[in-house]
Amino acid sequence: MIKRCLSVLVGLVSAVGVQAGEVSVAVAANFTAPMQRIAAQFEADTGHKAVLSFGATGKFYAQIKNGAPFDVLLAADDETPARLEKDGQGGSRTTYAIGKLVLWSKQPGLVDDRGEVLKAARFERLALADPKLAPYGAAAVEAVTRLGVLDALRPKLVQGENIAQTYQFVATGNAQLGFVALSQVWADGKLKEGSAWLVPGSLYSPIRQDAILLNKGKDNPAAAALLQYLRGAKVAGIIRAYGYDL
Amino acid sequence: MPFSPEALQAIWLTAKLAALTTVLLLIIATPLAWWLARTGSRWRAPVTALVTLPLVLPPSVLGFYLLVAMGPNGPLGQLTQALGWGVLSFTFTGLLIGSIVFSLPFAVQPLQHAFEAMGTRPMEVAATLRASPLDAFFTVALPQAGPGLLTAAILSFAHTVGEFGVVLMIGGNIPGVTRVVSTQIYGHVEAMEYTQAHWLAGGMLVFSFVVLLALALLRRSHARVLP
Repeated sequence: MIKRCLSVLVGLVSAVGVQAGEVSVAVAANFTAPMQRIAAQFEADTGHKAVLSFGATGKFYAQIKNGAPFDVLLAADDETPARLEKDGQGGSRTTYAIGKLVLWSKQPGLVDDRGEVLKAARFERLALADPKLAPYGAAAVEAVTRLGVLDALRPKLVQGENIAQTYQFVATGNAQLGFVALSQVWADGKLKEGSAWLVPGSLYSPIRQDAILLNKGKDNPAAAALLQYLRGAKVAGIIRAYGYDL
Repeated sequence: MPFSPEALQAIWLTAKLAALTTVLLLIIATPLAWWLARTGSRWRAPVTALVTLPLVLPPSVLGFYLLVAMGPNGPLGQLTQALGWGVLSFTFTGLLIGSIVFSLPFAVQPLQHAFEAMGTRPMEVAATLRASPLDAFFTVALPQAGPGLLTAAILSFAHTVGEFGVVLMIGGNIPGVTRVVSTQIYGHVEAMEYTQAHWLAGGMLVFSFVVLLALALLRRSHARVLP
């Protein structure tokens, strides 16, 4: 019985090993929607399967440092991959997308296209991601600081643990508006619902999102294939359609 | 000083939340447990199941439903807005409601067991001595259920201190309002501030151990009193 189990197991392992590889990817929450599409496309084109985990970049850093079995990290910033490389956890970093910050509300007409709503402040709650943990949160704080409204807004701020939770606060109406990633509210070249103000790039430092090949994925052909695939023209189209720059 | 001002603020807030939750829970849970212990109603089983639900449901489910229910379009949110209280998510009151729901079984069950163990005799005796049911409840039943009451209070307090998922989902991480110790630790870990995380996490470990030790000692001394 044990022998049979073992032979089945060996069969499975070798079947996986021969051609269709598997790559486990830690993905920053803001890149959830495009990455799901990219992974499906990746599997169809190369036969490799990308297993995706979504979450906060800071959490992934702690997990990777403590032996989490990820092959590739798609971070929400460029600092975390740089730090991982310095720590000897991986290498070959590349920027896969440049994120854009948007002030978004589910209510149509609440957010005007110049962000004046922030000065009038006729709302109870403004959601943003924790600036200590999430690059989009740090960008949001930078933007409201440059607009000179941070102190006025402070009592109204609520923080999501990552950008996905921030979106959830606004999407459920618990916060009337919030700073989220454009990719969360943008699909196929238009706003999915509500009202939004695309925060001008001059108000915050660019959110460069870097990918890094982690030590565990160094000898995994599927990991190398994914990183190469991310640089292809097909993926560029998907990434742009979700409102990122390249 | 191992604890930063933010950490002290979180500790104070956690203690306040846990204390208020405990007081309110005992007020709510005592009549509920009394009814559950003595009723023959066909509603007993469904109500028992309902009260026990928070014990089984993952905090993410409770947190998600609370967030949606408290939101401006949710039933609770509609009610609180109609009453002029506004929306309760991201407020201390909202957190308090979440904690009460979350810890309800921890208050009801020890009380219910205490009332059940007591049986019907003490109340019958009190009635023959012409005590009104309410009088008998406060002078006979409640003192007899003392250890159960204490267990319920300790467990409610400790369980609220240990609450995490629900707070994370309905709190919004506001310093001094909804940022409790458990979410503060989580923030420290994610921000790679391991020293601060260690101090708070270690404190939590010691606190929890002391509470459970006290509970165990209490049960032992109580068992000795019983014949």
